[in-house]
Amino acid sequence: MNMTTPSKIEVKNVFKIFGSRSKEALALIQQHKTKDQVLAQTGCVVGVNDLSLSIGTGEIFVIMGLSGSGKSTLVRHFNRLIDPTSGAILVDGQDILQYDMEALRQFRRHKISMVFQSFGLLPHKSVLDNVAYGLKVRGESKALCAERALHWINTLGLKGYESKYPHQLSGGMRQRVGLARALAADTDIILMDEAFSALDPLIRAEMQDQLLEMQKTLHKTIVFITHDLDEAVRIGNRIAILKDGRLIQVGTPKDILHSPADDYVDRFVQRRAVAV
Amino acid sequence: MFPERFTFSVADWVNGWVDALVANYGDVFRHISDTLLWAIVNLETVLRMAPWWLVLAVVAGITWHATRKVTTTAVIVGLLFLVGAVGLWDKLMQTLALMLVATLISVLIGIPLGILAARSNRLRAVLMPVLDIMQTMPSFVYLIPVLMLFGLGKVPAIFATVIYAAPPLIRLTDLGIRQVDGEVMEAINAFGANRWQQLFGVQLPLAMPSIMAGINQTTMMALSMVVIASMIGARGLGEDVLVGIQTLNVGKGLEAGLAIVILAVVIDRITQAYGRPRHEMSK
Repeated sequence: MNMTTPSKIEVKNVFKIFGSRSKEALALIQQHKTKDQVLAQTGCVVGVNDLSLSIGTGEIFVIMGLSGSGKSTLVRHFNRLIDPTSGAILVDGQDILQYDMEALRQFRRHKISMVFQSFGLLPHKSVLDNVAYGLKVRGESKALCAERALHWINTLGLKGYESKYPHQLSGGMRQRVGLARALAADTDIILMDEAFSALDPLIRAEMQDQLLEMQKTLHKTIVFITHDLDEAVRIGNRIAILKDGRLIQVGTPKDILHSPADDYVDRFVQRRAVAV
Repeated sequence: MFPERFTFSVADWVNGWVDALVANYGDVFRHISDTLLWAIVNLETVLRMAPWWLVLAVVAGITWHATRKVTTTAVIVGLLFLVGAVGLWDKLMQTLALMLVATLISVLIGIPLGILAARSNRLRAVLMPVLDIMQTMPSFVYLIPVLMLFGLGKVPAIFATVIYAAPPLIRLTDLGIRQVDGEVMEAINAFGANRWQQLFGVQLPLAMPSIMAGINQTTMMALSMVVIASMIGARGLGEDVLVGIQTLNVGKGLEAGLAIVILAVVIDRITQAYGRPRHEMSK
Protein backbone atom coordinates (compact mmCIF):
# COMPACT_ATOMS: atom_id res chain seq x y z
CA MET A 1 0.00 0.00 0.00
CA ASN A 2 1.13 3.47 -0.80
CA MET A 3 1.85 4.92 2.63
CA THR A 4 1.02 8.48 1.59
CA THR A 5 -2.66 7.75 0.93
CA PRO A 6 -4.65 8.52 4.07
CA SER A 7 -6.90 5.72 5.21
CA LYS A 8 -10.57 6.19 4.44
CA ILE A 9 -11.93 3.34 6.53
CA GLU A 10 -10.23 2.09 9.67
CA VAL A 11 -11.43 -1.07 11.35
CA LYS A 12 -10.03 -1.71 14.82
CA ASN A 13 -10.42 -5.01 16.66
CA VAL A 14 -13.95 -5.61 15.50
CA PHE A 15 -15.87 -8.59 16.83
CA LYS A 16 -19.36 -9.52 15.71
CA ILE A 17 -21.19 -12.30 17.49
CA PHE A 18 -24.71 -13.37 16.55
CA GLY A 19 -26.93 -14.80 19.28
CA SER A 20 -28.56 -13.87 22.56
CA ARG A 21 -25.55 -14.66 24.78
CA SER A 22 -23.10 -12.52 22.84
CA LYS A 23 -21.40 -11.05 25.96
CA GLU A 24 -20.35 -14.48 27.23
CA ALA A 25 -19.34 -15.52 23.75
CA LEU A 26 -17.23 -12.40 23.38
CA ALA A 27 -15.38 -13.19 26.61
CA LEU A 28 -14.73 -16.73 25.37
CA ILE A 29 -13.48 -15.66 21.98
CA GLN A 30 -11.16 -13.14 23.60
CA GLN A 31 -9.66 -16.06 25.52
CA HIS A 32 -8.75 -17.46 22.10
CA LYS A 33 -11.36 -20.20 22.02
CA THR A 34 -12.24 -21.36 18.51
CA LYS A 35 -15.44 -20.55 16.67
CA ASP A 36 -16.73 -24.10 17.15
CA GLN A 37 -16.04 -24.08 20.91
CA VAL A 38 -17.95 -20.81 21.28
CA LEU A 39 -20.85 -22.22 19.31
CA ALA A 40 -20.92 -25.36 21.45
CA GLN A 41 -20.74 -23.46 24.75
CA THR A 42 -23.03 -20.49 24.13
CA GLY A 43 -24.96 -21.24 20.94
CA CYS A 44 -23.61 -18.00 19.46
CA VAL A 45 -22.16 -17.73 15.98
CA VAL A 46 -18.96 -15.75 15.53
CA GLY A 47 -19.28 -13.58 12.41
CA VAL A 48 -16.21 -11.40 12.67
CA ASN A 49 -13.32 -12.26 14.96
CA ASP A 50 -10.84 -9.60 16.13
CA LEU A 51 -10.46 -7.98 12.77
CA SER A 52 -8.43 -4.86 12.05
CA LEU A 53 -7.66 -3.33 8.69
CA SER A 54 -7.42 0.00 6.98
CA ILE A 55 -8.66 0.92 3.53
CA GLY A 56 -7.00 3.76 1.66
CA THR A 57 -8.71 6.63 -0.13
CA GLY A 58 -9.36 5.89 -3.79
CA GLU A 59 -8.34 2.25 -3.78
CA ILE A 60 -10.31 -0.81 -4.79
CA PHE A 61 -10.07 -2.99 -1.75
CA VAL A 62 -11.21 -6.56 -2.25
CA ILE A 63 -12.38 -8.70 0.64
CA MET A 64 -12.24 -12.36 -0.26
CA GLY A 65 -13.22 -15.59 1.40
CA LEU A 66 -15.43 -18.63 1.11
CA SER A 67 -19.09 -18.38 1.98
CA GLY A 68 -19.49 -18.18 5.73
CA SER A 69 -16.13 -16.49 6.17
CA GLY A 70 -17.82 -13.31 7.38
CA LYS A 71 -17.09 -11.07 4.40
CA SER A 72 -20.67 -9.93 3.83
CA THR A 73 -21.07 -9.40 7.57
CA LEU A 74 -17.91 -7.33 7.67
CA VAL A 75 -18.87 -5.07 4.79
CA ARG A 76 -22.23 -4.32 6.43
CA HIS A 77 -20.34 -2.88 9.39
CA PHE A 78 -19.00 -0.08 7.19
CA ASN A 79 -22.45 1.49 6.77
CA ARG A 80 -23.78 0.02 10.00
CA LEU A 81 -26.42 -2.23 8.49
CA ILE A 82 -24.84 -4.43 11.17
CA ASP A 83 -23.39 -3.08 14.42
CA PRO A 84 -20.31 -4.78 15.88
CA THR A 85 -20.38 -6.48 19.26
CA SER A 86 -17.12 -4.78 20.12
CA GLY A 87 -14.45 -2.69 18.39
CA ALA A 88 -14.23 0.60 16.52
CA ILE A 89 -14.90 1.67 12.95
CA LEU A 90 -13.60 5.00 11.70
CA VAL A 91 -14.55 6.62 8.42
CA ASP A 92 -12.57 9.75 7.56
CA GLY A 93 -11.27 9.62 11.12
CA GLN A 94 -14.79 9.75 12.62
CA ASP A 95 -16.08 6.95 14.80
CA ILE A 96 -19.30 5.99 13.01
CA LEU A 97 -20.41 3.85 15.94
CA GLN A 98 -21.06 7.07 17.88
CA TYR A 99 -23.58 8.31 15.33
CA ASP A 100 -27.23 8.53 16.39
CA MET A 101 -29.98 7.55 13.92
CA GLU A 102 -30.11 10.95 12.26
CA ALA A 103 -26.34 11.26 11.88
CA LEU A 104 -26.21 7.72 10.56
CA ARG A 105 -28.88 8.51 7.97
CA GLN A 106 -26.96 11.56 6.83
CA PHE A 107 -23.78 9.47 6.64
CA ARG A 108 -25.53 6.85 4.51
CA ARG A 109 -27.09 9.48 2.28
CA HIS A 110 -23.92 11.43 1.56
CA LYS A 111 -20.84 9.33 2.22
CA ILE A 112 -21.44 5.70 1.44
CA SER A 113 -23.55 3.68 -0.98
CA MET A 114 -23.92 0.00 -1.68
CA VAL A 115 -24.46 -2.52 -4.47
CA PHE A 116 -26.09 -5.84 -3.56
CA GLN A 117 -25.61 -9.40 -4.77
CA SER A 118 -29.26 -9.89 -5.68
CA PHE A 119 -29.53 -6.26 -6.71
CA GLY A 120 -32.05 -5.01 -4.11
CA LEU A 121 -33.92 -2.98 -6.72
CA LEU A 122 -37.36 -1.56 -6.04
CA PRO A 123 -39.70 -3.76 -8.10
CA HIS A 124 -42.46 -1.14 -8.24
CA LYS A 125 -40.27 1.63 -9.60
CA SER A 126 -38.90 2.23 -13.07
CA VAL A 127 -35.19 2.06 -13.89
CA LEU A 128 -35.02 5.86 -13.79
CA ASP A 129 -36.62 6.05 -10.34
CA ASN A 130 -34.45 3.23 -9.07
CA VAL A 131 -31.27 4.97 -10.18
CA ALA A 132 -32.46 8.27 -8.72
CA TYR A 133 -33.48 6.65 -5.41
CA GLY A 134 -30.45 7.71 -3.37
CA LEU A 135 -30.83 11.30 -4.56
CA LYS A 136 -34.55 11.37 -3.96
CA VAL A 137 -34.19 10.02 -0.43
CA ARG A 138 -31.84 12.82 0.52
CA GLY A 139 -34.24 15.38 -0.88
CA GLU A 140 -32.61 16.57 -4.12
CA SER A 141 -34.81 18.42 -6.60
CA LYS A 142 -36.67 16.45 -9.24
CA ALA A 143 -34.69 18.04 -12.04
CA LEU A 144 -31.36 17.16 -10.45
CA CYS A 145 -32.50 13.59 -9.72
CA ALA A 146 -33.55 13.07 -13.34
CA GLU A 147 -30.42 14.67 -14.73
CA ARG A 148 -27.96 12.70 -12.58
CA ALA A 149 -29.90 9.47 -13.06
CA LEU A 150 -29.97 9.87 -16.84
CA HIS A 151 -26.26 10.58 -16.89
CA TRP A 152 -25.46 7.29 -15.15
CA ILE A 153 -28.07 5.38 -17.13
CA ASN A 154 -26.29 6.47 -20.30
CA THR A 155 -22.82 5.82 -18.91
CA LEU A 156 -23.70 2.26 -17.96
CA GLY A 157 -25.34 1.49 -21.28
CA LEU A 158 -28.91 1.43 -20.05
CA LYS A 159 -30.14 4.04 -22.50
CA GLY A 160 -33.66 3.29 -23.71
CA TYR A 161 -34.52 1.30 -20.59
CA GLU A 162 -35.39 4.27 -18.36
CA SER A 163 -39.08 3.50 -18.14
CA LYS A 164 -38.75 -0.29 -17.88
CA TYR A 165 -39.27 -2.10 -14.58
CA PRO A 166 -36.65 -4.36 -12.96
CA HIS A 167 -38.53 -7.59 -13.74
CA GLN A 168 -38.34 -6.76 -17.44
CA LEU A 169 -34.51 -6.68 -17.40
CA SER A 170 -31.89 -9.42 -17.54
CA GLY A 171 -29.59 -10.08 -14.57
CA GLY A 172 -26.72 -8.12 -16.09
CA MET A 173 -29.00 -5.17 -16.82
CA ARG A 174 -30.39 -5.24 -13.31
CA GLN A 175 -26.95 -5.08 -11.77
CA ARG A 176 -26.11 -2.15 -14.03
CA VAL A 177 -29.13 -0.44 -12.49
CA GLY A 178 -27.84 -1.33 -9.02
CA LEU A 179 -24.42 0.07 -9.87
CA ALA A 180 -25.91 3.19 -11.46
CA ARG A 181 -27.96 3.78 -8.31
CA ALA A 182 -24.84 3.65 -6.16
CA LEU A 183 -22.86 5.87 -8.54
CA ALA A 184 -25.68 8.42 -8.90
CA ALA A 185 -25.64 8.97 -5.14
CA ASP A 186 -22.08 10.26 -5.73
CA THR A 187 -20.65 9.09 -2.44
CA ASP A 188 -16.92 8.76 -1.66
CA ILE A 189 -17.29 5.13 -0.73
CA ILE A 190 -19.08 2.36 -2.61
CA LEU A 191 -19.57 -1.04 -1.04
CA MET A 192 -20.07 -3.88 -3.50
CA ASP A 193 -21.29 -7.08 -1.88
CA GLU A 194 -20.66 -9.90 -4.38
CA ALA A 195 -22.02 -7.45 -6.91
CA PHE A 196 -21.02 -9.52 -9.95
CA SER A 197 -21.35 -13.03 -8.47
CA ALA A 198 -24.84 -13.63 -9.81
CA LEU A 199 -23.86 -12.76 -13.38
CA ASP A 200 -22.65 -15.09 -16.10
CA PRO A 201 -18.88 -15.07 -16.86
CA LEU A 202 -18.96 -12.90 -20.01
CA ILE A 203 -21.21 -10.21 -18.55
CA ARG A 204 -19.15 -10.38 -15.41
CA ALA A 205 -15.88 -9.70 -17.21
CA GLU A 206 -17.56 -6.87 -19.07
CA MET A 207 -18.80 -5.32 -15.82
CA GLN A 208 -15.35 -5.68 -14.24
CA ASP A 209 -13.78 -3.83 -17.20
CA GLN A 210 -16.40 -1.14 -17.00
CA LEU A 211 -15.81 -0.68 -13.28
CA LEU A 212 -12.05 -0.38 -13.78
CA GLU A 213 -12.54 2.02 -16.65
CA MET A 214 -14.80 4.27 -14.59
CA GLN A 215 -12.55 4.11 -11.56
CA LYS A 216 -9.78 5.76 -13.63
CA THR A 217 -11.73 9.00 -13.59
CA LEU A 218 -13.85 8.58 -10.45
CA HIS A 219 -11.24 7.63 -7.83
CA LYS A 220 -13.87 6.32 -5.45
CA THR A 221 -13.01 4.17 -2.49
CA ILE A 222 -14.50 0.83 -3.45
CA VAL A 223 -14.84 -2.09 -1.08
CA PHE A 224 -15.48 -5.14 -3.21
CA ILE A 225 -16.57 -8.48 -1.80
CA THR A 226 -16.03 -11.66 -3.82
CA HIS A 227 -15.38 -15.37 -3.39
CA ASP A 228 -13.50 -15.54 -6.67
CA LEU A 229 -9.72 -15.04 -6.66
CA ASP A 230 -9.61 -14.30 -10.39
CA GLU A 231 -12.01 -11.43 -9.88
CA ALA A 232 -10.08 -10.24 -6.83
CA VAL A 233 -6.76 -10.25 -8.67
CA ARG A 234 -8.25 -8.57 -11.69
CA ILE A 235 -9.81 -5.57 -10.03
CA GLY A 236 -8.20 -5.24 -6.61
CA ASN A 237 -5.48 -2.80 -5.65
CA ARG A 238 -5.24 -4.76 -2.43
CA ILE A 239 -6.86 -7.97 -1.30
CA ALA A 240 -7.83 -9.10 2.19
CA ILE A 241 -8.48 -12.78 2.75
CA LEU A 242 -10.95 -13.84 5.44
CA LYS A 243 -11.50 -17.21 7.06
CA ASP A 244 -13.96 -17.91 9.87
CA GLY A 245 -14.26 -14.19 10.49
CA ARG A 246 -10.50 -13.72 10.91
CA LEU A 247 -8.20 -11.78 8.65
CA ILE A 248 -5.63 -14.21 7.21
CA GLN A 249 -3.68 -12.01 4.84
CA VAL A 250 -3.76 -8.51 3.34
CA GLY A 251 -1.67 -7.53 0.38
CA THR A 252 -1.45 -6.61 -3.27
CA PRO A 253 -2.55 -9.27 -5.75
CA LYS A 254 1.14 -10.01 -6.33
CA ASP A 255 1.77 -10.62 -2.60
CA ILE A 256 -1.15 -12.99 -2.41
CA LEU A 257 -0.17 -14.95 -5.51
CA HIS A 258 3.55 -15.19 -4.77
CA SER A 259 3.68 -15.49 -1.01
CA PRO A 260 0.44 -16.91 0.35
CA ALA A 261 0.36 -16.61 4.12
CA ASP A 262 -0.93 -20.10 4.87
CA ASP A 263 -2.48 -23.25 3.46
CA TYR A 264 -5.92 -21.71 3.17
CA VAL A 265 -4.68 -18.89 0.94
CA ASP A 266 -2.40 -21.28 -0.89
CA ARG A 267 -5.34 -23.51 -1.79
CA PHE A 268 -7.08 -20.56 -3.43
CA VAL A 269 -3.94 -19.76 -5.37
CA GLN A 270 -3.31 -23.38 -6.37
CA ARG A 271 -6.82 -23.83 -7.66
CA ARG A 272 -6.37 -20.76 -9.77
CA ALA A 273 -3.05 -22.04 -11.14
CA VAL A 274 -4.76 -25.29 -12.14
CA ALA A 275 -7.64 -23.45 -13.74
CA VAL A 276 -5.22 -21.34 -15.80
CA MET B 1 -68.40 -35.23 37.36
CA PHE B 2 -66.20 -32.21 37.93
CA PRO B 3 -65.79 -31.49 41.66
CA GLU B 4 -67.92 -28.58 42.83
CA ARG B 5 -65.23 -26.98 45.00
CA PHE B 6 -62.97 -26.29 41.97
CA THR B 7 -65.64 -24.46 39.99
CA PHE B 8 -65.88 -20.72 39.73
CA SER B 9 -67.65 -18.26 37.49
CA VAL B 10 -66.58 -14.93 36.08
CA ALA B 11 -70.11 -14.22 34.88
CA ASP B 12 -71.09 -12.03 37.87
CA TRP B 13 -67.87 -10.09 37.68
CA VAL B 14 -68.32 -9.44 33.95
CA ASN B 15 -71.95 -8.49 34.44
CA GLY B 16 -70.97 -6.00 37.14
CA TRP B 17 -68.28 -4.56 34.93
CA VAL B 18 -70.62 -4.11 31.95
CA ASP B 19 -73.29 -2.56 34.17
CA ALA B 20 -70.79 -0.11 35.57
CA LEU B 21 -69.59 0.70 32.05
CA VAL B 22 -73.13 1.43 30.92
CA ALA B 23 -73.92 3.49 34.02
CA ASN B 24 -70.74 5.57 34.03
CA TYR B 25 -69.81 5.93 30.40
CA GLY B 26 -73.22 5.68 28.78
CA ASP B 27 -73.02 9.27 27.53
CA VAL B 28 -69.70 8.74 25.84
CA PHE B 29 -70.98 5.68 24.02
CA ARG B 30 -74.18 7.48 23.11
CA HIS B 31 -72.07 10.22 21.55
CA ILE B 32 -69.98 7.77 19.53
CA SER B 33 -73.17 6.04 18.51
CA ASP B 34 -74.80 9.29 17.34
CA THR B 35 -71.79 10.30 15.26
CA LEU B 36 -71.62 6.91 13.58
CA LEU B 37 -75.35 6.86 13.01
CA TRP B 38 -75.18 10.28 11.39
CA ALA B 39 -72.54 9.04 8.96
CA ILE B 40 -74.44 5.89 8.03
CA VAL B 41 -77.81 7.61 7.69
CA ASN B 42 -76.36 10.25 5.41
CA LEU B 43 -74.58 7.74 3.22
CA GLU B 44 -77.70 5.62 3.11
CA THR B 45 -79.87 8.59 2.17
CA VAL B 46 -77.51 9.57 -0.62
CA LEU B 47 -77.43 6.01 -2.00
CA ARG B 48 -81.20 5.59 -1.78
CA MET B 49 -82.02 8.99 -3.23
CA ALA B 50 -79.61 8.64 -6.14
CA PRO B 51 -81.33 7.48 -9.33
CA TRP B 52 -80.73 3.80 -9.99
CA TRP B 53 -79.07 4.43 -13.35
CA LEU B 54 -76.58 6.81 -11.76
CA VAL B 55 -75.58 4.20 -9.16
CA LEU B 56 -75.15 1.63 -11.93
CA ALA B 57 -73.11 4.09 -13.98
CA VAL B 58 -70.80 4.81 -11.02
CA VAL B 59 -70.34 1.07 -10.37
CA ALA B 60 -69.64 0.55 -14.07
CA GLY B 61 -67.06 3.35 -14.00
CA ILE B 62 -65.28 1.90 -10.95
CA THR B 63 -65.33 -1.62 -12.38
CA TRP B 64 -63.95 -0.43 -15.69
CA HIS B 65 -61.21 1.52 -13.92
CA ALA B 66 -60.29 -1.53 -11.86
CA THR B 67 -60.48 -4.31 -14.44
CA ARG B 68 -60.30 -2.63 -17.89
CA LYS B 69 -62.53 -5.40 -19.15
CA VAL B 70 -65.80 -4.79 -20.99
CA THR B 71 -67.31 -8.21 -20.23
CA THR B 72 -66.65 -8.04 -16.48
CA THR B 73 -68.11 -4.54 -16.34
CA ALA B 74 -71.20 -5.59 -18.29
CA VAL B 75 -71.79 -8.71 -16.18
CA ILE B 76 -71.45 -6.78 -12.92
CA VAL B 77 -73.86 -4.06 -14.02
CA GLY B 78 -76.24 -6.73 -15.30
CA LEU B 79 -76.22 -8.59 -11.97
CA LEU B 80 -76.97 -5.42 -10.02
CA PHE B 81 -79.74 -4.59 -12.45
CA LEU B 82 -81.18 -8.02 -11.70
CA VAL B 83 -81.25 -7.26 -7.96
CA GLY B 84 -83.22 -4.10 -8.74
CA ALA B 85 -85.50 -6.07 -11.03
CA VAL B 86 -86.61 -8.41 -8.22
CA GLY B 87 -87.54 -5.37 -6.15
CA LEU B 88 -84.62 -5.36 -3.71
CA TRP B 89 -82.90 -2.16 -4.88
CA ASP B 90 -83.73 -0.14 -1.77
CA LYS B 91 -82.56 -2.91 0.58
CA LEU B 92 -79.44 -3.39 -1.52
CA MET B 93 -78.55 0.27 -0.99
CA GLN B 94 -79.13 -0.03 2.77
CA THR B 95 -76.87 -3.05 2.99
CA LEU B 96 -74.26 -1.38 0.81
CA ALA B 97 -74.21 1.69 3.06
CA LEU B 98 -73.81 -0.43 6.19
CA MET B 99 -71.07 -2.46 4.59
CA LEU B 100 -69.17 0.52 3.25
CA VAL B 101 -69.10 2.19 6.68
CA ALA B 102 -68.06 -1.07 8.38
CA THR B 103 -65.31 -1.61 5.81
CA LEU B 104 -64.10 1.98 6.15
CA ILE B 105 -63.84 1.64 9.92
CA SER B 106 -62.09 -1.73 9.53
CA VAL B 107 -59.56 -0.16 7.16
CA LEU B 108 -58.96 2.79 9.49
CA ILE B 109 -58.28 0.40 12.36
CA GLY B 110 -56.81 -2.55 10.46
CA ILE B 111 -54.10 -1.02 8.30
CA PRO B 112 -52.39 1.01 11.08
CA LEU B 113 -52.59 -1.99 13.42
CA GLY B 114 -51.14 -4.24 10.71
CA ILE B 115 -48.28 -1.80 10.13
CA LEU B 116 -47.52 -1.66 13.85
CA ALA B 117 -47.68 -5.45 14.13
CA ALA B 118 -45.17 -5.77 11.29
CA ARG B 119 -42.84 -3.39 13.16
CA SER B 120 -42.95 -5.06 16.56
CA ASN B 121 -42.79 -8.77 17.26
CA ARG B 122 -44.05 -8.16 20.78
CA LEU B 123 -47.20 -6.37 19.65
CA ARG B 124 -47.76 -9.13 17.10
CA ALA B 125 -47.49 -11.82 19.78
CA VAL B 126 -50.20 -10.04 21.80
CA LEU B 127 -52.37 -9.12 18.85
CA MET B 128 -52.59 -12.49 17.10
CA PRO B 129 -54.44 -14.36 19.89
CA VAL B 130 -56.78 -11.36 20.27
CA LEU B 131 -57.56 -11.58 16.55
CA ASP B 132 -58.18 -15.31 16.92
CA ILE B 133 -60.68 -14.57 19.68
CA MET B 134 -62.36 -11.84 17.62
CA GLN B 135 -62.83 -14.26 14.74
CA THR B 136 -63.94 -17.35 16.66
CA MET B 137 -66.03 -15.88 19.48
CA PRO B 138 -69.70 -16.34 18.52
CA SER B 139 -70.89 -12.87 17.61
CA PHE B 140 -73.94 -13.00 19.89
CA VAL B 141 -71.62 -13.02 22.91
CA TYR B 142 -70.34 -9.54 22.21
CA LEU B 143 -73.58 -8.38 20.63
CA ILE B 144 -75.26 -8.36 24.05
CA PRO B 145 -72.90 -5.85 25.70
CA VAL B 146 -72.68 -3.84 22.47
CA LEU B 147 -76.47 -3.65 22.47
CA MET B 148 -76.44 -2.47 26.07
CA LEU B 149 -73.98 0.27 25.24
CA PHE B 150 -75.28 1.46 21.89
CA GLY B 151 -78.90 0.37 21.78
CA LEU B 152 -80.62 -1.43 18.92
CA GLY B 153 -80.06 -0.64 15.26
CA LYS B 154 -77.31 0.09 12.83
CA VAL B 155 -74.52 1.10 15.20
CA PRO B 156 -74.21 -2.18 17.13
CA ALA B 157 -74.48 -3.97 13.80
CA ILE B 158 -71.48 -2.03 12.54
CA PHE B 159 -69.51 -2.75 15.69
CA ALA B 160 -70.22 -6.46 15.48
CA THR B 161 -69.26 -6.41 11.80
CA VAL B 162 -65.98 -4.57 12.44
CA ILE B 163 -64.98 -6.97 15.22
CA TYR B 164 -65.55 -9.89 12.90
CA ALA B 165 -64.24 -8.35 9.68
CA ALA B 166 -61.13 -6.39 10.71
CA PRO B 167 -58.85 -9.34 11.72
CA PRO B 168 -58.05 -10.60 8.19
CA LEU B 169 -57.04 -7.10 7.13
CA ILE B 170 -54.73 -6.73 10.14
CA ARG B 171 -53.18 -10.13 9.44
CA LEU B 172 -52.70 -9.56 5.74
CA THR B 173 -51.27 -6.06 6.20
CA ASP B 174 -48.77 -7.47 8.68
CA LEU B 175 -47.95 -10.37 6.36
CA GLY B 176 -47.61 -8.14 3.29
CA ILE B 177 -45.13 -5.84 4.99
CA ARG B 178 -43.15 -8.70 6.47
CA GLN B 179 -42.90 -10.34 3.06
CA VAL B 180 -41.18 -7.37 1.46
CA ASP B 181 -37.82 -8.69 0.22
CA GLY B 182 -35.16 -8.34 2.91
CA GLU B 183 -32.53 -7.18 0.47
CA VAL B 184 -34.80 -4.41 -0.83
CA MET B 185 -35.26 -3.17 2.74
CA GLU B 186 -31.52 -3.43 3.33
CA ALA B 187 -30.87 -1.47 0.15
CA ILE B 188 -33.18 1.42 0.98
CA ASN B 189 -31.76 1.46 4.49
CA ALA B 190 -28.25 1.63 3.05
CA PHE B 191 -29.28 4.72 1.10
CA GLY B 192 -30.51 6.37 4.28
CA ALA B 193 -34.28 6.22 3.83
CA ASN B 194 -36.10 7.30 6.99
CA ARG B 195 -39.14 5.51 8.43
CA TRP B 196 -41.73 7.43 6.42
CA GLN B 197 -39.76 6.92 3.22
CA GLN B 198 -39.50 3.22 3.98
CA LEU B 199 -43.17 2.85 4.83
CA PHE B 200 -44.83 4.94 2.16
CA GLY B 201 -42.21 4.62 -0.56
CA VAL B 202 -41.56 0.90 -0.37
CA GLN B 203 -43.31 -1.21 2.26
CA LEU B 204 -46.91 -0.15 1.64
CA PRO B 205 -46.68 -0.15 -2.17
CA LEU B 206 -45.06 -3.60 -2.16
CA ALA B 207 -47.55 -4.91 0.40
CA MET B 208 -50.47 -3.52 -1.60
CA PRO B 209 -51.58 -6.81 -3.22
CA SER B 210 -51.70 -8.38 0.23
CA ILE B 211 -53.49 -5.38 1.76
CA MET B 212 -56.05 -5.40 -1.04
CA ALA B 213 -56.60 -9.13 -0.44
CA GLY B 214 -57.20 -8.16 3.20
CA ILE B 215 -59.74 -5.49 2.24
CA ASN B 216 -61.37 -8.04 -0.03
CA GLN B 217 -61.63 -10.52 2.84
CA THR B 218 -62.94 -7.80 5.13
CA THR B 219 -65.76 -6.89 2.74
CA MET B 220 -66.65 -10.53 2.26
CA MET B 221 -66.82 -11.12 6.00
CA ALA B 222 -68.78 -7.92 6.50
CA LEU B 223 -71.34 -9.23 4.03
CA SER B 224 -71.58 -12.53 5.83
CA MET B 225 -72.63 -10.57 8.92
CA VAL B 226 -75.65 -8.84 7.33
CA VAL B 227 -78.16 -11.45 8.50
CA ILE B 228 -76.92 -11.25 12.08
CA ALA B 229 -76.92 -7.47 11.77
CA SER B 230 -80.56 -7.57 10.74
CA MET B 231 -81.40 -9.49 13.94
CA ILE B 232 -80.41 -6.47 15.99
CA GLY B 233 -82.40 -4.08 13.91
CA ALA B 234 -80.21 -3.08 10.97
CA ARG B 235 -82.30 -2.77 7.80
CA GLY B 236 -81.30 -4.22 4.46
CA LEU B 237 -81.06 -7.48 2.58
CA GLY B 238 -80.42 -9.47 5.77
CA GLU B 239 -83.87 -8.45 6.96
CA ASP B 240 -85.49 -10.21 4.01
CA VAL B 241 -83.48 -13.36 4.63
CA LEU B 242 -84.58 -13.26 8.25
CA VAL B 243 -88.24 -12.70 7.36
CA GLY B 244 -87.95 -15.50 4.81
CA ILE B 245 -86.77 -17.86 7.54
CA GLN B 246 -89.35 -16.75 10.06
CA THR B 247 -92.31 -17.06 7.66
CA LEU B 248 -91.05 -20.15 5.87
CA ASN B 249 -91.01 -18.08 2.68
CA VAL B 250 -88.15 -19.94 1.01
CA GLY B 251 -88.45 -18.03 -2.25
CA LYS B 252 -88.17 -14.64 -0.60
CA GLY B 253 -85.22 -15.78 1.50
CA LEU B 254 -83.49 -17.12 -1.61
CA GLU B 255 -83.96 -13.87 -3.54
CA ALA B 256 -82.44 -11.81 -0.76
CA GLY B 257 -79.71 -14.40 -0.25
CA LEU B 258 -78.78 -14.28 -3.92
CA ALA B 259 -78.77 -10.48 -3.80
CA ILE B 260 -76.20 -10.65 -0.99
CA VAL B 261 -74.12 -13.04 -3.09
CA ILE B 262 -74.31 -10.66 -6.07
CA LEU B 263 -73.18 -7.74 -3.93
CA ALA B 264 -70.32 -9.93 -2.71
CA VAL B 265 -69.31 -10.87 -6.26
CA VAL B 266 -69.35 -7.21 -7.36
CA ILE B 267 -67.18 -6.04 -4.49
CA ASP B 268 -64.90 -9.06 -4.76
CA ARG B 269 -64.19 -8.46 -8.47
CA ILE B 270 -63.46 -4.79 -7.92
CA THR B 271 -61.17 -5.16 -4.89
CA GLN B 272 -59.31 -8.10 -6.43
CA ALA B 273 -58.66 -6.15 -9.59
CA TYR B 274 -57.19 -3.27 -7.58
CA GLY B 275 -54.97 -5.78 -5.79
CA ARG B 276 -53.08 -6.66 -8.95
CA PRO B 277 -49.97 -4.57 -9.61
CA ARG B 278 -50.56 -2.28 -12.55
CA HIS B 279 -47.36 -2.47 -14.57
CA GLU B 280 -47.33 -6.26 -14.51
CA MET B 281 -50.78 -6.30 -16.04
CA SER B 282 -49.66 -4.32 -19.05
CA LYS B 283 -46.54 -6.39 -19.57
